[in-house]
Amino acid sequence: MRPLVSIVMLGLAMAVLPLHAQDIPAHDRLSGFEMMGADVQAMQRDDFSNPAMLSVREGEQLWSRAPAQGKKSCQGCHHDVATSMTGVAARYPAFDAGSNRPIDLAGRIQQCQTERQGVQAAPRESALLLALQALVALQSRGMPIAATADPRLAAARERGQALFNQRFGQLNLSCAQCHNQNWGKSLGGTRIPQGHPTGYPIFRMEWQAVGSLQRRLRNCLTGVRAEPFAPGSPELIEIELYLMQRSAGMAMDAPAVRP
Amino acid sequence: MATANVLIPRSVIRKGDIVTLKAIIAHPMETGFRRTETGGEIPRNIIRHVSCHYDGVEVFSCDFHPSISANPFLAFTTIATKTGPVSFIWTGDNGFRHVETAIMNVTD
Repeated sequence: MRPLVSIVMLGLAMAVLPLHAQDIPAHDRLSGFEMMGADVQAMQRDDFSNPAMLSVREGEQLWSRAPAQGKKSCQGCHHDVATSMTGVAARYPAFDAGSNRPIDLAGRIQQCQTERQGVQAAPRESALLLALQALVALQSRGMPIAATADPRLAAARERGQALFNQRFGQLNLSCAQCHNQNWGKSLGGTRIPQGHPTGYPIFRMEWQAVGSLQRRLRNCLTGVRAEPFAPGSPELIEIELYLMQRSAGMAMDAPAVRP
Repeated sequence: MATANVLIPRSVIRKGDIVTLKAIIAHPMETGFRRTETGGEIPRNIIRHVSCHYDGVEVFSCDFHPSISANPFLAFTTIATKTGPVSFIWTGDNGFRHVETAIMNVTD
């Protein structure tokens, strides 16, 4: 009898496992915007009350400001942000031929600062970098996330998927266990979102500040009591690559407000 | 230099109309109660006072305290009297001061 029970249990486990490994089906996908309360939605919808738009305004000023004497501003090369940056945030991270690895939007801005503007790169999560990120992300508002089909990114994306399914920290939880299997349920009084990166950089109420996707990911890692990956680390960019593919086709709503 | 925004309704405003004015300013509103990872105090850095001047008088003012959120947003109503500047003045810790002005167009 006992072996039979074990076999039945094993059979059940195998039947359930592939389901767990699967992503959320397209018709069940909900962005963080759709899962939050009406008051926060209203705050995001109105550009005046959305605090992340203050960051965009700062970004607009930075866009045309020369970083140093004799150096070109962003506008000097990219001209009007509304035309040159349309859809850019929706297709990052991209492949950087120079370093032969994937690069995210913040990394690309930093690269421009050091290599082309000849200034020191603004650190990640600094107000200056977030302002430029928010300005560029705004130019993709309403556009579908278009994960790059570049075959050179395939390996990194697969590593990102593996990280998404890997258990971390003292709580021994993977991203997938919360965001694929238990989304919509309560966790400490808040609803677990599906983890779609549609709105970054976001103004998060809990932070009382604008922050990037990497800050959010590091936050989650700290939450499961793991040592978070360093800002700008390849692992975080690989997770972002996978997340963008996982959410491909969803509309961008950056810069968003989240609880 | 702070970033601030003042919103006056774009619709036609007539003399005597009740108008909703809105203002938002980028400010961390650091409470002074938080500590760093190593236990050091994060000093308080908040806006202490906001006032709004229109048509030669102060039409609104209030004091802020440490529990006000970052990037404080204000909305209140006033009565339109004549075309002129609406000035918001935010003052706070560390000598913070920012003035943002918008013009209210009033038709008779």
